Amino acid sequence: MMGPLLVGIYVFVLACFVGFEIITKIPPTLHTPLMSGANAISGITLVGSLAAASSGELAMSSVLAFVAIIFATINVVGGFLVTDRMLGMFGKKRVKS
Amino acid sequence: MNDALNNIIVPVLYLLSAVLFIFGLKGLTRVRSARRGNALAALAMLIAIVTTLLDLGMVDYQWIIAGLIVGGLIGAIAAIKVEMTAMPEMVALFNGFGGGASALVALSIVWKELVEPAYAGSAADALGGASAITAFLSILIGSITLSGSFVAFLKLSGKIGGQPTLLPARHVINSLLFLVCATAGIYIGFFSTEPSSMITGALVATIISLILGVLMVIPIGGADMPVIISFLNSLSGLAAAMTGFVLSNNVLIISGALVGASGLILTQIMCVAMNRTLGNVLFSGFGQEGGSADAGEYGTVRSYSPEEAAMVLETVESLVIVPGYGLAVAQAQHTVKELADLLQKRGVKVSYAIHPVAGRMPGHMNVLLAEADVPYEQLIEMDTINPEFKTTDAVLVVGANDVVNPAAEKDPSSPIAGMPVLQVWEAQTVMMIKRSLSPGFAGIKNELFEYDNNMMVFGDAKKVLQEIVSEVKSLIAAA
Repeated sequence: MMGPLLVGIYVFVLACFVGFEIITKIPPTLHTPLMSGANAISGITLVGSLAAASSGELAMSSVLAFVAIIFATINVVGGFLVTDRMLGMFGKKRVKS
Repeated sequence: MNDALNNIIVPVLYLLSAVLFIFGLKGLTRVRSARRGNALAALAMLIAIVTTLLDLGMVDYQWIIAGLIVGGLIGAIAAIKVEMTAMPEMVALFNGFGGGASALVALSIVWKELVEPAYAGSAADALGGASAITAFLSILIGSITLSGSFVAFLKLSGKIGGQPTLLPARHVINSLLFLVCATAGIYIGFFSTEPSSMITGALVATIISLILGVLMVIPIGGADMPVIISFLNSLSGLAAAMTGFVLSNNVLIISGALVGASGLILTQIMCVAMNRTLGNVLFSGFGQEGGSADAGEYGTVRSYSPEEAAMVLETVESLVIVPGYGLAVAQAQHTVKELADLLQKRGVKVSYAIHPVAGRMPGHMNVLLAEADVPYEQLIEMDTINPEFKTTDAVLVVGANDVVNPAAEKDPSSPIAGMPVLQVWEAQTVMMIKRSLSPGFAGIKNELFEYDNNMMVFGDAKKVLQEIVSEVKSLIAAA
């Protein structure tokens, strides 16, 4: 049986390969939206900050985690909305044409 | 019930979330499915968040709820208010927050597990050796991403100069700082035994990482900014994956690795578009080698008024418009569209030539022109349009410079030698709308300005275009 660290490394390496494989060919039109969307996904660190903020005490660790939640939420909410706005512009004229 | 929740439901939901992230990212690589892909990724994120809250169970939610509300409001307002032209710097800023969050999570864990309980031992004793290392990496990479992205934001939004700032012996300085930072990391990881030294070590590591981020981005010249943003995006994914190792959370590891790897590939694609390597972008200040070719004096440059440009446009049968960053700055996308519509009604064949790195981000021009309702079919990529310039009557370059610089093909000593460019000089007439003769973001001279078939029209892109539009209108009315 593998330890959690080894499992983590397996998962990490395989996920890297998936990431490499997904982005083989991509039209230049989508470079900016893809970057922006991937950037929103990197806000997944929000999950980590939620776990870190679970104690209600007023301590340095809670304050750090609280700021982490704010930062990560800005990244997630802002990232997905901005990407959607950009992509919405491509969709707009498809309907018309 | 709780066992079932923790052992089955939570891991299954995390897996679902990871799978949706992959589908979402995949969707984002095709125009047709991009919007749905983005929505899928957002759904995956929602599932991951809800699952984490389920997993936490009954805890004190006051910090969590307050943080989610504050962050959500800031993010939403920023995303809705931002101008399309300011998109690149907005993405850079968001990215910095993501990286910063990863570093803060790692710091929070250090405080919670070591400093606050006054743990008598090193981080490796309390968390395990691997977690001690990944927590440090999370602080290092996250902080570099935070400060680096912030500098990129300042450069792109013009709050600080876009030119590369080169410190003397910066490679030595960077290496030394990195060594000090790594030493601090090893110290808190394996040797520190009391809270006060732990705090000092963690602060030293954080502050030096922040400085490293600044030093990494300030030597990068404007033309390379898209590459560095993409690279920083990749780093923020990596930072999230490192946090995942500390927390043994697979969904963090998977999504972080996905972003890290795909960001690296995207960075690579952009480097290829500019004929550079990533190492070259990161470690050599742009425009340093080819000092002789830099912003030299110009000989005969012919300047024309918008009226004269309109007279040329009135007679052409085919027109290619080359948009650049100047178009974005002047918010001239709607005026360009107006001119194009006017000419198209007269039977002129109008198309737009899109250089892969025009603007401040790849795809920047596509987004901007889409906002002005320019039909997708009229946007032509560089490789398709280059052979067509020979048979084109006129090219209108709006606020672009480096991407039409013939030096890239004709002068092997130029800093941009080898970078693929739009061969606009092959056309009958080239009209360049530019604010001045100042060099572009790459900071080098453009000899196209002196070509015989080139007309310079100086002024703000939007104002010049508006004058051209009204002139063309009156010419048409007079005819």
